[in-house]
Amino acid sequence: MSFLHLIWLIPLLPLAGFVINGLLGKRMPRPVVSGIACLAVLASLVLAVGAIRDLHDQQGLADMLNNGSALSAIGARPGADGFGAVLAPTDPDHGLVLDPSIPRARQIQWTWLSVGNLSVKWGYSLDPLSAIMLLVVLGVGFLIHVYSIGYMAHDEGFARFFAYLNLFMAMMLVLILADSFLVMFVGWEGVGLCSYLLIGFNYRDMFNSARDQSCADAGRKAFIVNRIGDFGFMLGMLLILVTFGSLDFGQVFRGVHVLAQVPGSQGLLTAMALLLFVGATGKSAQIPLFVWLPDAMAGPTPVSALIHAATMVTAGVYMVCRCAALFTAAPLALTVVAVVGGLTALLAAAIACTQTDIKKVLAYSTVSQLGYMFLAAGVGAFSFAIFHVMTHAFFKALLFLGAGSVIHALSGEQDIRRMGRLTRVLPWTFGTFAVAAVAIAGIPPFAGFFSKDSILAAVFYEQPILWVAGAFTAGLTAFYIWRLVFLTFLGSDRVEKERRGHLHESPWSMVAPLVMLAFLATVGGFLGVPAFLAESVPGLHAAAEWLPGYLEPVFREAHVVGAGMGALGFHDPAHGAQVAAGSAAGHGGVTAAGEWGLMALSVLLALAGIAWAWLLHGRAGELAARLAAALGGGYRLARDRFRIDELYDRILLKPFYFMCRAADAFDRFVIDLLVNLVAIATEITGHVLKLFQTGSVRAYALSVFIGVVALVTFLVMS
Amino acid sequence: MPLVAYIGLSAILFVIGVMGVLLKRNALTIFMSIELMLNAVNVALAAFARHHGGLDGQIFVFFVMTVAAAEAAVGLAIFIAIFRLKKTTDVTEINLMRW
Repeated sequence: MSFLHLIWLIPLLPLAGFVINGLLGKRMPRPVVSGIACLAVLASLVLAVGAIRDLHDQQGLADMLNNGSALSAIGARPGADGFGAVLAPTDPDHGLVLDPSIPRARQIQWTWLSVGNLSVKWGYSLDPLSAIMLLVVLGVGFLIHVYSIGYMAHDEGFARFFAYLNLFMAMMLVLILADSFLVMFVGWEGVGLCSYLLIGFNYRDMFNSARDQSCADAGRKAFIVNRIGDFGFMLGMLLILVTFGSLDFGQVFRGVHVLAQVPGSQGLLTAMALLLFVGATGKSAQIPLFVWLPDAMAGPTPVSALIHAATMVTAGVYMVCRCAALFTAAPLALTVVAVVGGLTALLAAAIACTQTDIKKVLAYSTVSQLGYMFLAAGVGAFSFAIFHVMTHAFFKALLFLGAGSVIHALSGEQDIRRMGRLTRVLPWTFGTFAVAAVAIAGIPPFAGFFSKDSILAAVFYEQPILWVAGAFTAGLTAFYIWRLVFLTFLGSDRVEKERRGHLHESPWSMVAPLVMLAFLATVGGFLGVPAFLAESVPGLHAAAEWLPGYLEPVFREAHVVGAGMGALGFHDPAHGAQVAAGSAAGHGGVTAAGEWGLMALSVLLALAGIAWAWLLHGRAGELAARLAAALGGGYRLARDRFRIDELYDRILLKPFYFMCRAADAFDRFVIDLLVNLVAIATEITGHVLKLFQTGSVRAYALSVFIGVVALVTFLVMS
Repeated sequence: MPLVAYIGLSAILFVIGVMGVLLKRNALTIFMSIELMLNAVNVALAAFARHHGGLDGQIFVFFVMTVAAAEAAVGLAIFIAIFRLKKTTDVTEINLMRW
């Protein structure tokens, strides 16, 4: 019995926390509620760490395989543990299936759906890709749970909040561990539901009174925009099901390999990949479906940190990486992913430079960073995308939690124009926020530097035009995040008088997660030091591209397909392995000198962005206002978020409302008219017939008599 | 006497009954007219039974009488109730069941 047999418990523990807190939370004291919620996540984290350790225990895996316990599912009979499924011990379709070559452990729990030829099993699979996501989601999730104890301390809906948060964790873990598209879709929809519930958590409050938008409206908007993406995901799943007859990841990707050899199958594969990508654009807030994420900031700040920065929004990236085999078999779809990612990164960064709400800046920053991840996936550098998912989870969760700490201290103030000079009151918040700001700006050796630089280097070889957009975005990123730091913590004190009274540093339960995340945001990047850098810096050799190397087996098959088709010269991770082995200096004619140059350029851009932010906002002066005036229309366009909401209103909602009104008129004047005509005819007939109902016995008798006479006459005559 | 005489008597009685039902206003008279119609049928039944030499028709007459007695009991009870309510047995005055 190893931890691998307990994978099924990982999503179940937070679910149990949700059930307990959801049903009984109101009657339990707050420490018990938060204790249950945090312990459920912590226990899952421990199980996950144990399972991942066992996954890499080659000797243990070999023993299990030799004993036959893996295939015959000894000890992996979840039926005994309340799963309701009784499995035949020799059934290879159930229980634990090990594949030490990747290494991957699949645990099939029960047959969920069995219709005709389709049989969907509820199964989880643990491999390096899901392992990294598990650790990120559970680690950051646990820290944010702890943080929420302090942040939500004064809130009425304490138990409700933790119940939703635990449900979210459960669903996210299902999504990550899923072994088939349909199970993933359950988690996918589940996190969407939790996102909706938590955005609208303060459903009575107004979120944007200028546009008459309540927090509940913001939640609805997020849910509906996500539904549009989910529709694409569902169509993609249906197409996959029709084509391959299965939704199981393994079988589908084997099918993709076969199909990719068939001439003329490109269209089909591209359609599948693009439909799935539509789902990813919804969940991960990419063009054209990114409009919900900024409004999702209506939720409490820990929610923004957990769901709308660190975990849920990266589900789209995770899904694309999970389907790497499919996407590499459809180069056109991959190009679309890269272009959409690059454009989103640039557009959102430009908007982030002009916003004045601290959480809005971070929201657009998240959209922009997600764009980077898709950019990486779009050039086939899937492991760099996951690397950035990880580092981004660290520093962006930290930024959001820091922003939450500021908002908490200022009793709800979110406008950075009414902040400033908070360093002395909030020393811990400022320190950790600054670490995160350095990390996202891409200054070595903080986490964001390594992941962003790896992505930009990979993009440079595959899509030079998009590299320009990505590099420019890197500069913008450094600018907007340091603009935020200068305006929030430094500069002149613009805090309103009545809010100054309760200025205070946050309690330990909020500061401790900040410090933990700051540590992770500082060192997280060393998991993926570029090979050429590791070569030349003593002591770093062991760290050379550890993470890409770790993920490599998962993406290996995908790269075999892609390389076989000659569509993409894969930069990662074969390239990394090459360099690490010292067998070749570079890839596609690029030398180590080129790599150094690229890296120096991106650091320079980051420093330029920070300097520019200091010039505009770090010191007193009218430069920022003058520049805004000089940019005129462009600045106003960015400040108004490029009026994309208004554009959608114009080109989508207005015609839709018109269609609704037309349908309403058709219903009213055509369908209702027909129905009413029948009713009117019945009524008129009734009015005529009632005249016979005189109530006079003699009249009735006469009519009976006449009837009899007529009948008899008729019978006699015939 | 030939059969036709009985049938003629039966027809005359029946028509008198019909006329009574249709033209009279007093509920009791109408009742008596209905009884007259029933008995006209009884005459015909008995005459045909005798003519054909069977007993069926004559037995049927007893059934008709029994039903007529029961009907009279129920009908009279209804008219007593109506009379208590309306202080009249004139059927033209009784038209509660109109639209």
